[in-house]
Amino acid sequence: MSFTLIGTKIGMTQIYDGENRLVPVTVVQAGPCPVVQVKNGESDGYNAVQIGFKEQKEHRVNKPQIGHFKKAGVAPHHQLREFRVNEGEGEFNVGDVLDVSKFEEGQKVDVIGTTKGRGFQGVMKRWNFGGGPASHGSMTHRRGGSYGMCQWPGEVMKGKKMPGHMGNKNRTTQNLVVAKVIAEKNLILIKGSVHGSKGGTVYIRTAKKTRKAK
Amino acid sequence: MQSIIEEVTQDQLKPDREKFKVGDGVRVHTRVREGDKERIQVFAGIVIARKGSGIHETFTVRRISYGEGVERVFPVHSPNIEKVEVDRESVTMRARMYYLRDRIGKKATKVKEKRLLETAGA
Repeated sequence: MSFTLIGTKIGMTQIYDGENRLVPVTVVQAGPCPVVQVKNGESDGYNAVQIGFKEQKEHRVNKPQIGHFKKAGVAPHHQLREFRVNEGEGEFNVGDVLDVSKFEEGQKVDVIGTTKGRGFQGVMKRWNFGGGPASHGSMTHRRGGSYGMCQWPGEVMKGKKMPGHMGNKNRTTQNLVVAKVIAEKNLILIKGSVHGSKGGTVYIRTAKKTRKAK
Repeated sequence: MQSIIEEVTQDQLKPDREKFKVGDGVRVHTRVREGDKERIQVFAGIVIARKGSGIHETFTVRRISYGEGVERVFPVHSPNIEKVEVDRESVTMRARMYYLRDRIGKKATKVKEKRLLETAGA
């Protein structure tokens, strides 16, 4: 069964695993996420589950949204997000609460979130270009080299890697491993790093493209 | 948010590892795995530094082995360390005893021992 949880990236630390190896982990506080709406092919044209995250005071939520939450019988929440499900896959009912206990140790997950914004960056940092020689009379130090050919084609090719805004983009990291689940504190420890800044919102999804065990 | 991170690693910390300090002569009993056998290896020397905090904390042990200085860095709270015995306590004027690296011969392992100081004072 695939599902998604909304969480907040807390930061990184290390833990010792079962074989006494020191493992770097990212701590994410995820859920509990109540199901606010279940969409189906008949009424909405597609199958999806809408979940909320972080309870919110009622006066901070606008009136149409309060109505939406009241209909579901769920307290107002700060964030709402949908995830698609295949028809007949999994049983989700309005009012159900999804939390980290649904994940287990060793399971693979995808993490979706916004990368750290890095502002306007040159090609060396943004695209890992080599740049030019530092000395010996060289005057190209961090430039991108040639941007194209000659009179033909007479234009810069579309998609040419150039300086520009870097980061602050929505990205997915696939197949990260769950190192530990601390259900009573709504914490999930993911092996390795997770993109985005501390305090940033991340979405943890059961892995989509995991290789099947032989 | 930092407090949450500390909470996560709290149960993995070993409070008894707080006992030794920089300058102490210690014997570190480490678990070594060879195939499926496990045995204890002892590394004896002087603690010349303790770095970091919480689960990240490490300590460096220096010893002179066959005339060659050898240093090993251990994580303080590693479960691979069976125990840390303190051979001799000492009094140091430095938090990091890196000056021992420049010393040769007898002086290389010489630190003021607490025991001697106490008897001298009394």
